[in-house]
Amino acid sequence: MTMDFQTVLFYVFSAVLVLAALRVITARNPVHAVLFLVLAFFNAAGLWMLLHAEFLAIMLVMVYVGAVMVLFLFVVMMLDINIERLRQGFWSYLPLGAVVGLIMVGEMGLILGGSYFGLESLPAAAAPEAGFSNTKALGRLLFTDYVYPFELASVILLVALIAAVVLTLRQRKDNKAMNPRLQVRVKAADRFRIVKMAAEVEAPVVANEAAPAAGQEGSKA
Amino acid sequence: MDAILALINQNVAPAFGAYWPAVSTTLWTLIKIVCIVGPLMGAVAYLTLAERKILAWMHVRVGPNRVGPMGLLQPIADGVKLLLKEIVFPSRANTGLYLLGPIMAIAPALAAWAVIPFTDTLVLANIDAGVLYLLAVSSLGVYGVIIAGWASNSKYSFLGAMRAAGQMVSYEVSMGMALIVVLMVSGSLNLSAIVEAQRGNAWFFSWNWLPLLPMFVVYLISGVAETNRAPFDVVEGESEIVAGHMVEYSGMSFALFFLAEYANMWLIAAMTSTFFLGGWLSPVPFLPDGFGWFALKCCFIIFLFLWFRATFPRYRYDQIMRLGWKVFVPLCLGWILVVGLWMLSPLNIWK
Repeated sequence: MTMDFQTVLFYVFSAVLVLAALRVITARNPVHAVLFLVLAFFNAAGLWMLLHAEFLAIMLVMVYVGAVMVLFLFVVMMLDINIERLRQGFWSYLPLGAVVGLIMVGEMGLILGGSYFGLESLPAAAAPEAGFSNTKALGRLLFTDYVYPFELASVILLVALIAAVVLTLRQRKDNKAMNPRLQVRVKAADRFRIVKMAAEVEAPVVANEAAPAAGQEGSKA
Repeated sequence: MDAILALINQNVAPAFGAYWPAVSTTLWTLIKIVCIVGPLMGAVAYLTLAERKILAWMHVRVGPNRVGPMGLLQPIADGVKLLLKEIVFPSRANTGLYLLGPIMAIAPALAAWAVIPFTDTLVLANIDAGVLYLLAVSSLGVYGVIIAGWASNSKYSFLGAMRAAGQMVSYEVSMGMALIVVLMVSGSLNLSAIVEAQRGNAWFFSWNWLPLLPMFVVYLISGVAETNRAPFDVVEGESEIVAGHMVEYSGMSFALFFLAEYANMWLIAAMTSTFFLGGWLSPVPFLPDGFGWFALKCCFIIFLFLWFRATFPRYRYDQIMRLGWKVFVPLCLGWILVVGLWMLSPLNIWK
């Protein structure tokens, strides 16, 4: 049996993806779990790339790996998670979880491998011609046929963004933060005043014999 | 060359049989990658010397001048020194992640070069979503910092990593937004097409830097902040937090962070040249386009980086955050609107 290079890549990506996903739920250290999730995202992106969906693949890396998981890591690293306590009752929940998981696997098997809905009953996607750009095609669809749902989704995200900021934005009484705007705007003239003074002052001319006495008095004062 | 290729086809190809096309493609791509990464690492090494020399020149000092003629072998001496040093592992450090940190820092800085066009034909992967690829890959550099800071098991490292990560994530936003304007006027995500779109008959004034001047400035300053260079180098602010996430690293593992920083500087310089300074295009019509112009533009941006370092005092962390979120992001959003209206108006210069 000869496998072409893409098939080899598919199995490599899939194997690493499945292993990484397993480690996400079995890793003892939550930081390790998050990093394995990052690895899983990477391999999923690789799989999508094999399907010629380069826009989705790059977006997966950019949004999930580059932004979402960084924030996840931040939070997980800051928290003091007691993994032993989280694992309490693992065995009592296992049967229920396993049943749900098995049902999902069975349903996916029906869809992907069944004789009624299986992949065989679907026509294979036409191979894209040479100059075909997945990104351009997606962009055209998003901004013409689906422009209203797209804009609606963006407005909902904006609302969520503003809501998150408003929820955390409260002035605390013991806050000693300085407003940087005031600091940036400050000018040298606000802080000190330059007084014009003559550089040299003529020493007062006095009689010769009085001079040492005056000097002594000056030093005492 | 042809003789060598024929020889390979005759003698080596049959050994691989049906796998030969895949193997030869892989080998050929690997050779091309070496041709990019090799000179890049040389440029990174000599950038460290150039930085010290230029800073010295600006401070009216001599700079490194002992190793080799005019100190030209200094980077090699530094490299050998760092290679021979012991890599110290802090007690209770997470060994695997501790080693992964520097690798994660430098890998994206090198991987991003895959889509940078050196000339109109000289590019490793001329892909349609080049800009997206660049954004995706350059957003991975932050993992090296976070992982290194956490795995070192040290408060200083962790604080430094948090600062660095916050700063890098914030300035990615303004860099991405500045790029949106470039994409609007170029009408493509392909880097070669973006460079070609800047070709005009107004000499170097038709490049993006002049029509999109505010975005050029935002992109350049965000690039300085993104690479954690002075005046935004609170990550390794010597006066407060020592060396940030790198504080526990020594020898070659530290050198990898160091190389990553300088490779990132070259990357930002190359991206700025591509997006705003016309890439390989010649500034005047009577000289031919070519790789030389691209290299010259990169060197100019790098010089700006060093100039900034010699000139400006360090920002405070809250001022850095304010600049990114409260100045650059609104400015970019506003400029997207301005350019959008400009493109709809009869004065549109990007046809």
